[in-house]
Amino acid sequence: MTKGPTLIASNTVGSGTPTNITFSSIPQTYTDLLVKVSLRGTQTPNHYLGWHMDINSSTSNFTNLYLQGGGSGTPGSGSSAQYMGAIPGGGGTANTFSNSEIYIPNYTSSNYKSFSVDSTGEGNETLAFANFIAGLWSNTAAITSLTIYPDYNSGVGIAQYSTFTLYGISNS
Amino acid sequence: MAAGITYQPIQTQTLTLTASSVTFNSIPQGYTDLVVISNIKPSSSASGYGPSFQINGDTGSNYSYTLIYGNGSSAGSIRASSINYARYGSGGSTSTLEADVTHIMNYSNTTTYKTIFARFSQPSADTGAFVNLWRNTAAITLLTFYGNDGGSIAAGSTFSLYGIASA
Repeated sequence: MTKGPTLIASNTVGSGTPTNITFSSIPQTYTDLLVKVSLRGTQTPNHYLGWHMDINSSTSNFTNLYLQGGGSGTPGSGSSAQYMGAIPGGGGTANTFSNSEIYIPNYTSSNYKSFSVDSTGEGNETLAFANFIAGLWSNTAAITSLTIYPDYNSGVGIAQYSTFTLYGISNS
Repeated sequence: MAAGITYQPIQTQTLTLTASSVTFNSIPQGYTDLVVISNIKPSSSASGYGPSFQINGDTGSNYSYTLIYGNGSSAGSIRASSINYARYGSGGSTSTLEADVTHIMNYSNTTTYKTIFARFSQPSADTGAFVNLWRNTAAITLLTFYGNDGGSIAAGSTFSLYGIASA
């Protein structure tokens, strides 16, 4: 087995503005998945948007718990079903993108899938976001696809130059 | 070891039965950093503290940590000093597996104390990160992981140890 992180797939958004990016037919030969995301939404006038992730095209049975800092005051914590952090929107500082990492251990197991997300959105503004997120998809199916998208009244576009990279990590 | 290879698997342990601890010993010294991926649940609820680990069998009061956390309704930060363990997990659920990633930097050097960053994600309880310090200059050759209160870890938990090479 090739050692990891081994590149499975990557996607750089071109001049179009897709509403989501999907990694499908994910090989079942690794132990863990690692996803690196550099993401910006096109929605205006918003400076920041939330972003979400579907697993196996499912939007249900998610429990995401977050720890979030906004650049001032005391950090907050809450839960929101598919919340993965905040990304710059079209109304924010130009040319700024979020940086995020998703780690999904044992993605082929028959257990419910817990995962970890570290996500940042910084735009040299009074508001910015840093998030630690504990995610849970309460489903025993092996993960075969991941769909990532900005979420603000749905249908928000993904800005050009956003990148999505999926790696596999093997423990043997 | 080939240059540039990261996440080089060193050893994995999958618990088919409850275990009092999980140990990685004779850790090779040829990498720059270590990463431990743990997908775990403790076998009992915590009365004192959550999942912990010790280094090189050191049970002395040579550890300290700072924690930042959020539990879904509030956030906070605490620290502990001169204790006999480091921390890597939440331990807030005995039924939901948590996703923990522990980074052990410069583990083989013999001149500095060791800093360990542990990011934990327990969606049924809390999420956050520990910055641990082990006040010892010895190279790390052995890691021992425990559940809540230094106790056992439930069946179904997995631990994988990887080496990270900088060149």
